[in-house]
Amino acid sequence: MTKLNLAEKNQFLCKKAKEVRLAILDMVTNAKSSHIGSAFSIVDILTIIYNEFLNLDLIKNKSKNRDYFILSKGHAVAALYATLASVGIINSDLLSTFYQDGCVLAGHPTKDCVIGVEASTGSLGHGLSMAVGIALACKQDGLLNKIYVLLGDGECQEGSVWEAVMLATRLQLNNLIIIIDSNKLQGFDRTDELLTSNFKNMFEGFGCHCFNVDGHDFIELRTAIEFCGQTHGPDVIIANTIKGKGVSFMQDKLEWHYKSLNPDQYILAKNEILK
Amino acid sequence: MRITFVKKLIELAEIDPNIYLLVGDYGFSVVEPFKEKFESRFINVGISEQNMIGVAAGLALAGKKVFVYSIVPFVTMRCFEQIRIDLCYQNLPVRIIGVAAGFAFGPAASTHHSIEDIALMSSLPNMTVVSPANCFDLESLVPQVNNLHGPIYFRLGRGGPGMTYPLPQNIEFAKPAEILKSDKILFLVTGEIFSVAFEVVKNLRDIGIDCGLVNVHTLKPLNLNFVFSKIDSLQAIFTIEEHGSVGGLGQQVASYLCQNINKKIIFKSFHVPDRYFHEIGSRDYLLNKSGLNIENICATVERILTKKDFMVGQFEHSRL
Repeated sequence: MTKLNLAEKNQFLCKKAKEVRLAILDMVTNAKSSHIGSAFSIVDILTIIYNEFLNLDLIKNKSKNRDYFILSKGHAVAALYATLASVGIINSDLLSTFYQDGCVLAGHPTKDCVIGVEASTGSLGHGLSMAVGIALACKQDGLLNKIYVLLGDGECQEGSVWEAVMLATRLQLNNLIIIIDSNKLQGFDRTDELLTSNFKNMFEGFGCHCFNVDGHDFIELRTAIEFCGQTHGPDVIIANTIKGKGVSFMQDKLEWHYKSLNPDQYILAKNEILK
Repeated sequence: MRITFVKKLIELAEIDPNIYLLVGDYGFSVVEPFKEKFESRFINVGISEQNMIGVAAGLALAGKKVFVYSIVPFVTMRCFEQIRIDLCYQNLPVRIIGVAAGFAFGPAASTHHSIEDIALMSSLPNMTVVSPANCFDLESLVPQVNNLHGPIYFRLGRGGPGMTYPLPQNIEFAKPAEILKSDKILFLVTGEIFSVAFEVVKNLRDIGIDCGLVNVHTLKPLNLNFVFSKIDSLQAIFTIEEHGSVGGLGQQVASYLCQNINKKIIFKSFHVPDRYFHEIGSRDYLLNKSGLNIENICATVERILTKKDFMVGQFEHSRL
């Protein structure tokens, strides 16, 4: 693969990521909902997975051998909906109904609300166990698909996460890719003030193969995801991200876990993303 | 009953290659036959009930039909949120097999008892709750509910087959079984304490009280429509359960009667009192301490029916 091709790929992804961030901005502002910071930090991860790694046709047809993506940090669902629209799995007209009376797009994922939402999450610590179950079923059925599950860093304080990790390594689920959105902020504190252990050491201590990447760098993300599946599994990608990435006044600020934008802030944010 | 369950599960699994059994590091000398026959479909997830339910949900999302097995408090309470969201909210075909309901673990003390599980599981939308009195119930009900959509909770005893019916019975899912008939006074019972209820009814009949026994083996959906067929002659309903006062058979029956029956009926619920036992003893010892024995129930019922001694404040009448 020549450098030029890679550059074109990354340029395309940057464009798609902008599109997704703009869609999230509109959705959250229209809905006056929370969690825009959490959604922005995972945009680049979702963009590369959905544009380069998932077989979208199999997902659209809900084929048995489709790849699965589980958003365990369900509060960032605006990013999932926007990504599903940007790759044509759902109609982008649906996005304006987010959070509204009678809509199908809730503030946390609801299984099968639309194609591409595989599980109901929102209470942290559930998604990895479900992903383990799916990965086990697919592996035993001889399928060659991959199961992606995205967790928050704060979410890893839930004990159930480590119950799932223990089982995943014992079962050698090398079709399972665990991604941690390590944006260093959670509901009330910085994550490293509440969990002082080193993530990489923790996951490696449980027997996982770990990558530590810049979660906004498509080259690093691509390299890590391409490698996944080559060890006994599961693979863990610790994606170091910035909460609120893409809008300077949001970046690394805890309050953007909760706030939605006022009209002035909306214009500022939109202009920044469009630059 | 545990052995019967595994036997029935093996029969199902021989036909359906999608059936899986997950255990939470439990099932010694019970689940081995399944494990030996279907090794790839048996997983001991270890001491991790929350993960067990989540993994069961994941397997079900990928098209499997999953049974999870452990002791009642561990498999219903430790992982309640996972049952609520992963199973019930997503309405997945996962069957929760809880063993040793009530005081079955006796001297092991309250960490291993369950007097709240009927309430917890019944409170969940999409959950079906099955509470067999004996192996015969279980043998009848397992195949009947096999294709039911959504999660199911089976509340089993510990060891032993439970009391055998004196006569063959037709056990139908969601239809309480009239084991001993009466149109005047009915005892509604659920679970293994059926054996106590049976002796109660026999003893009362021996002293001339016309009473019957109904086995409520399906707690959710709770079908009490049969009451209407006896409404003209019905005088009293008593419930007996190895469960606490809140949210169990008694409270649910009382609620039903209040809302649906426009007639004065005597009602009393016999249940475990609202406390955790710090007294140590066998199941029978703890049932005695709870007043859930033949002598106490018979004496109380006699007093109520003859109006000799009845406490004010107890829910003794049901009328609109």
